[in-house]
Amino acid sequence: MFNVFNISGSALTAQSARLNAVASNLANADSVVGADGKPYRAKQVVFQATPMGNDGGNGVRVTQVVESAAPLRMTYDPASPAANSDGYVAMPNVNVVEEMVNMISASRAYQTNAEVMSATKSLMLKTLAIGQ
Amino acid sequence: MIDRLDLELRTEQTALNLRAYRQELLASNIANADTPYFKAKDIDFKSAFENILAGRGAGGIGNVDLARTSPAHIAGQGTGLYEPQAKYRTEYQGAVDGNTVNIDVERSAFAENSIHMEAMLTFIKGSLKDMQTAIQGQ
Repeated sequence: MFNVFNISGSALTAQSARLNAVASNLANADSVVGADGKPYRAKQVVFQATPMGNDGGNGVRVTQVVESAAPLRMTYDPASPAANSDGYVAMPNVNVVEEMVNMISASRAYQTNAEVMSATKSLMLKTLAIGQ
Repeated sequence: MIDRLDLELRTEQTALNLRAYRQELLASNIANADTPYFKAKDIDFKSAFENILAGRGAGGIGNVDLARTSPAHIAGQGTGLYEPQAKYRTEYQGAVDGNTVNIDVERSAFAENSIHMEAMLTFIKGSLKDMQTAIQGQ
């Protein structure tokens, strides 16, 4: 039963990592130049189920953070110093709509896992009160 | 005398343990609602409970130990009674990423399991009270 806290806790960590990536993507949706001098690329987390405890429980963990392979958004802006010879500027491949959906999904999942934890906690406290 | 008390509470204890195990499985399903290729698992409480009370694994088979022909062989670690009871959920609506978790089903199952567990706790409390009354004889 204590394993529930490990399982749901791992999900909270994973979902907050996802939320972190979403925040980074949304903040940099218009960053023409990233830390490496190239346009910023959207970051996505990869989840993996990971066994927890010794009786078949599965937690979740973030195995890696990958950069989105989607093509960069080319916008026509010849006045920009970052424009190429044709007058196009390579903008980040962040899809804002997708990121918003991702954010809602992550925060809902976080909420659900937190609820699972508190429900289990109250059950355990009730178990402790047996015989009182 | 003490073994009588033990016997009295055995059914309740098994049920409570099984509920706790199911709680863990459902928490796993909810935690992995967004994990690609994750397959949701659950137990059929009735048959699992009957199997465990009878000391059987999932398919009505007892714990199978490895046959050892030499004392130097490593003993196989049999699975517990609870783990073999878990079965994969039938897919309700397929997802592109191979995940079979339906969050609504899982959440309602979790709520149902919590209520059942609370009921179990109430029953245990009740039978303990009964025993206390019988001991005190008042």
